[in-house]
Amino acid sequence: MVYFLIIISAIFVNNIVFSQFLGICPFLGVSKKIDTALGMGAAVTFVLTIATIITYLLQLLLNRYGLGFLQTIVFILVIAALVQMIEIVLKKISPSLYQALGVFLPLITTNCCILGVAILVADGTWISKVPGAEGGLLQGTVYAFATAVGFALALVLFAGIREQLAMSKVPKAMEGTPIALLTAGLLAMAFMGFSGVV
Amino acid sequence: MNKSLSTFTNGLLRENPTFVLVLGMCPTLATTTSAINGMSMGLATMFVLVCSNIVISLLRNLIPDKVHIPAYIVVIASFVTMVQLLMQAYLPAIYETLGLFIPLIVVNCIVLGRAEAFAAKNGVGLSALDGLGMGLGFTCALTVLGAVRELLGSGACFGVHLYPDNYGMLIFVLAPGAFIALAYLMAVVNKLRK
Amino acid sequence: MKRLESNLRNMALSLTIVALAAAALLGGLYTLTKEPIDKQKAEKQQKAILSVLPVIDGMEIAEPVAGDGIIIYSASKDGQLVGSAVQTEENGFGGKFKVMVGFDAEGNIAGYEVLEHQETPGLGDHMTEWFKNADKEHQNIIGKSPATTKFEVSKDGGEVDAITAATISSRAFLKAVQKAYDAAIAANNKVDAASSATAITEKAEAQEWADAADKSQNPENVKPVKEESHE
Repeated sequence: MVYFLIIISAIFVNNIVFSQFLGICPFLGVSKKIDTALGMGAAVTFVLTIATIITYLLQLLLNRYGLGFLQTIVFILVIAALVQMIEIVLKKISPSLYQALGVFLPLITTNCCILGVAILVADGTWISKVPGAEGGLLQGTVYAFATAVGFALALVLFAGIREQLAMSKVPKAMEGTPIALLTAGLLAMAFMGFSGVV
Repeated sequence: MNKSLSTFTNGLLRENPTFVLVLGMCPTLATTTSAINGMSMGLATMFVLVCSNIVISLLRNLIPDKVHIPAYIVVIASFVTMVQLLMQAYLPAIYETLGLFIPLIVVNCIVLGRAEAFAAKNGVGLSALDGLGMGLGFTCALTVLGAVRELLGSGACFGVHLYPDNYGMLIFVLAPGAFIALAYLMAVVNKLRK
Repeated sequence: MKRLESNLRNMALSLTIVALAAAALLGGLYTLTKEPIDKQKAEKQQKAILSVLPVIDGMEIAEPVAGDGIIIYSASKDGQLVGSAVQTEENGFGGKFKVMVGFDAEGNIAGYEVLEHQETPGLGDHMTEWFKNADKEHQNIIGKSPATTKFEVSKDGGEVDAITAATISSRAFLKAVQKAYDAAIAANNKVDAASSATAITEKAEAQEWADAADKSQNPENVKPVKEESHE
């Protein structure tokens, strides 16, 4: 039951883009077409889940030696290295998957939703959003995975709207980013309807 | 002299990181629930930006090209951790409000972007000025956005109540208002630049 | 000066030096800021405790008793209980929130302080002030006791007005206050049972409070970590 709550909370109620404001850069940058949005969403899901597990274990190690304050520096380096490694491994093992996700991988290192979620899970602060959650590796990983699915959902929804938007007439000053932000605002308003569900 | 001035104003106006380059959107949207919060976030980012620009400019010839990105990340992350520790010790209230977004300065595209595009190619003085200009541009943008959201949402500006907060449009303090307020501010800036 | 060549030796050396310098610098800063950070945290907790308790000179606050997310700080003067501050947590609208509730010796609420919350700004977050507004009789909870006032929102048949448009947050808040009260009673009963043989009369006031509570309810959800010392 608690896993169900975690998933609903992470995808809808506390959607990472619309209510936590993480991962806005790729959200605005890679959302012009549904295909690319799906690719980016899949790549983030893949990396975020693995990165969360590794950084969670690393945090335990850091805490053990009283080095918790090195969290930021260690996490960002590990994520950067991890993304490189995933790229290399993917190229060797599954060229087709690499073709689909490869272009997005380098962009992921500076995607703040990876580092943000890794910190939330390692510190255990995410549990205050989900009643009954206790933290720990398994629940944290489920949370990270569901968060990434929420990111992918937001991205695909937004891309769908932007494909339509490209064909409509927009006031000159609103063209480009402003109208995209306005659309995102309306979407965020829709997602607010989920608040209080969990 | 002229060059330093143009370097400094570049980030403030012509290449404003928020309104023109559209970088660092996450903290821009998340921390601007009030003018004071936006300003604190901007100043924290500015500190990191100036310090990392200076250090990277000093080290630029000592770091081989192939490993420059990891080295830059280490430098930036160190300054971010310094900000984290100092804020926790001396400004705990602000640290709590900004929360997660302080460590996330590391992945703010502005910081790494300026290190790559400017500090790695220019001298210490100019790099510091560039960091200062960019940081100020970011701070101003966040402060303005925070002020607009605070004014519309809760009827206050820098915590001073201008009208009863019952009449405020709550949506501007909430998540959707961040997107909407920034969209209109950007449109205004677009209009003015032409 | 020319940029260093990208050979293995240079790369390894420069990265190691940068990383070591960064680690050393941060280690130094960490030791420097550790003390002020710890002090800030302790001060914040202490301030919250004092702000919710009745103001009495020469009051001593005993070691906290914790369990099940509840922390109790008992305050006494000359061995007599004068109040207690209880920290509890509850699920609100936007997630968990923490609140510190203070009681005087009679079990009336002396004050409260919301320590952490994620309620909606402008709606649920009014809980930080709403329930201590002395001008509004039906939303004020200060000076009232859950033993005599029904701590539920008026919509549910209680005697407290909910925050406008934030009933869920209000319900959760009142539940947290009730929980704090129950925990304080349970803790006081334990202390009373231990010390009743020697000083019943001196503790008449505290006893009275405990008696009043016995009539309502008395959950056993507080496990003392440390036995309180009472002289």
